[in-house]
Amino acid sequence: MNTWFTRVHGGGVRLRMTREEASVIQALVTQLLDLLGGPASGPRDDGLPNLSFSENTTVSDDPVLARLFPDAYRDDGAASAEFRRYTEAGLRDGKRAAAQLVLDTLGDGGEILLDDEQAQVWLRTLNDLRLALGTRLGITEETLEGIRRLDWNDPRTAPFAAYDWLTYLQEDLVRALW
Amino acid sequence: MSTAPVELDRPDAAEDVRSDRPWVSIVWNDPINLMSYVTYVFQTVFGYSKMKAEKLMLDVHHKGRAVVSSGTREEMERDCEILHSYGLWATVRQDV
Repeated sequence: MNTWFTRVHGGGVRLRMTREEASVIQALVTQLLDLLGGPASGPRDDGLPNLSFSENTTVSDDPVLARLFPDAYRDDGAASAEFRRYTEAGLRDGKRAAAQLVLDTLGDGGEILLDDEQAQVWLRTLNDLRLALGTRLGITEETLEGIRRLDWNDPRTAPFAAYDWLTYLQEDLVRALW
Repeated sequence: MSTAPVELDRPDAAEDVRSDRPWVSIVWNDPINLMSYVTYVFQTVFGYSKMKAEKLMLDVHHKGRAVVSSGTREEMERDCEILHSYGLWATVRQDV
């Protein structure tokens, strides 16, 4: 099996990625950034800090956003709304900043040295990518079994292959960080 | 009771659910998050030993959910927010 991430003696993780692989990550992360939308807490005109409260208090109709920002209470809509008001903008900013860091450090691929913090950010973004793609594809525990047996002519093959590859990539990074 | 050296000062979720700390955070099973990743997140976020983190991950996987931490409501909402930042499907509730 391929290895992309290697633990560096003394700290950090080395990533080796071809230009083609990097372009796949770039395309997927760019889509993730689009999905996450514009910054919720950009600089304010009045110079005051933005407290990142979200105006949105209900779970998204989009299943991917609903999965990335789930309700914190299962049977208490008011408490979920309150939690969302105080956390969602910050969570969204965090995921966006993480995705941007992945793009910035990745460049066109090659050999990339990530410090421990950057490697953690990569790990979370790879997970967000798998959550987004997996939710879009309707992945269940049952479909996982069938993915690798898909016919090459099946139009779902390409996105499933991307999902499968991201899974190997993330597994590889967890292994490197342990 | 033995104490694993990597276990930090977080309370043990299974043993520290006291009446004066009646809130818990729960992680639910989902088909996307990797078992290795979930274990790693429990270790990283809560400072749990690998053994304890793996046991919780397997509870999530086999039983559909697991209580992963307990404390005040504010602490549990904080844990939930951190778990959401890692992409885990976490909720908060008052312990019964």
